[in-house]
Amino acid sequence: MSDPASPTVTALPSVNVATPAFLAALLCVSLFTLSYGQVALGFERLFAALISPASDPVAAQIVRDIRLPRVATGVIAGAALGVSGVLMQALFRNPMADAWSLGLLAGGQLGVALIATAAAFAGPAAISFLTTFQGVGLTTGALIGVAVFAAAMAGLSRRVGNITLLVVGLMLGFTVQGLVSVVIHFANRVGGRVYSGWNDGTFASTTFGDLAFMSVPIALGVVIAVASAKGLSAMLLGETYAKSMGTDVRRLRWLTLGAVVLLVAPVTAYCGPVTFIGLIVPHFARAIARTSQILPLLPLAALSGALLAVSADAVVHLPWEQHFLHLNAILALVGAPVVIMLLLFSPSLRGSA
Amino acid sequence: MLELKGLTSGYQEPRGVVVGAVTLKLPPGSFICVVGRNGAGKSTLMRTICGLQPALAGAATVDGADVAGIVARDRAQAIAVVTTERVSSPGLTARDVVELGRQPYTDWRGRLSANDREIVASAMDKAGATPFAPKPFDSLSDGERQRVMIARAFAQSSKIMVLDEITAFLDLPGRVEIMALLRRQAEEAGKIVLLSSHDLDLSLELARELWIVDNGRLVFGEPTELVSSGAIANAFDSHDVAFNTEQRRFVFAQAE
Repeated sequence: MSDPASPTVTALPSVNVATPAFLAALLCVSLFTLSYGQVALGFERLFAALISPASDPVAAQIVRDIRLPRVATGVIAGAALGVSGVLMQALFRNPMADAWSLGLLAGGQLGVALIATAAAFAGPAAISFLTTFQGVGLTTGALIGVAVFAAAMAGLSRRVGNITLLVVGLMLGFTVQGLVSVVIHFANRVGGRVYSGWNDGTFASTTFGDLAFMSVPIALGVVIAVASAKGLSAMLLGETYAKSMGTDVRRLRWLTLGAVVLLVAPVTAYCGPVTFIGLIVPHFARAIARTSQILPLLPLAALSGALLAVSADAVVHLPWEQHFLHLNAILALVGAPVVIMLLLFSPSLRGSA
Repeated sequence: MLELKGLTSGYQEPRGVVVGAVTLKLPPGSFICVVGRNGAGKSTLMRTICGLQPALAGAATVDGADVAGIVARDRAQAIAVVTTERVSSPGLTARDVVELGRQPYTDWRGRLSANDREIVASAMDKAGATPFAPKPFDSLSDGERQRVMIARAFAQSSKIMVLDEITAFLDLPGRVEIMALLRRQAEEAGKIVLLSSHDLDLSLELARELWIVDNGRLVFGEPTELVSSGAIANAFDSHDVAFNTEQRRFVFAQAE
């Protein structure tokens, strides 16, 4: 009690230790997954491929064309999902909220599927256009889908409780999975191929060109997230208090939803539905920062999201004898137990069930 | 100076007007208790004064500026609010909550200056919240939470404090302490404190001026005046209960 500033000061070292630790871990996992996969390169060939590609063209091709884009996608997507999770949980005042659990990813998938189907029915020209401009077309579809579902869930959240909202979100996910399967069944094969494999998340289907399209909206989303952090901290005390402490709550709500859409839609468009990261990462960030104030959580959530994404992806791409594991299977193995623990031990959730 | 100019509070039809046109002026240092029966419209009136909901007609002005028209940040510098709502916020300490009260003054990141920290510390001192500053807010008792929320309102350094039913969860000594604390704050710091309460006895005892919200109207005056004019009895008497003017308390109607 002697030093009035002590709690804020003690909270900081954990962040100062965690940030470099996360960066180091992220670097290690990235180097590992760059060198070991279906083809085991080892670190020497990895560095050769990175530094002088001409000396080892095979390794250079594997590393530069396949693995680097995959790892970069994992980092960007994981960070985006982590940040979006922090925003969603603050905005909905629901520790189980994230883009996947509230059905926003489903909206994105549906948007993409509809665009692809429309192109398939429009004919080969539209398909070739879509394959060429896959990035822009699919991201637009995902943006619209996520935005519509986000607005709907935000509206619904004012009428129903946290748990109901969560179940509705998850059911939306199943509904869209079903719809996408039906669409794939009826769309012609070429159209179907555009979004084949989208029932699962993957970081492996992006090129360096895609990364640019993916990063721009995500970067914008991060900027808005940082700008909204102060108001979202006030929202921790509820809407009335936030308003009374100078937050324009209407504006904040739209800005935050906008940021979530910008963060999540490109991930859905390029990686499909990546589950659990946005849901559990904010809890790690809060545990490390030992606060739920939003601003210090954002870098921690981005880093731990990236680390979780790249690690799960590294496990998926280990040199397994059989065909590839699914990314979401690994994420579920980590995420589902965390969610169960949270549901059982978080007083706010246990009470509202 | 808080001025109500024909302020009419309420909602869209069907509920309509809750409290009709109120015109009055409050100078700095006013300590006002707002009383009335459940559902009379105390909260609606107070939310409208704070600019948390739009007025149906008229306006509330702070030093001449319409509360509904100024930007949220300026309004927050003028008026601090504490409600009866039981806030649960896992992951915030009591001090974190009080520090949020400085938001109307901090930069876009919400960083506190040394001056902000001093104000936070003295606000917690005044409200008697310093002993539990490092504790998680959710682990505090109802009384401690209200002290923290009041400290947060102090930290907001506003001229006006509006507190709605904040003593509802507290026992009698707790209620007296909180109300006395707020009255001191009004008198010493020259703030305008508007406090709604169920506790008529205590309000009669402590308030300099009393507002009675009854039947869509606001009656105001000094407590003794309102007792002798029968305004209190008018607002509160029912079939079973009557306000006894001499004893200044409620008695069972059949016993009279």
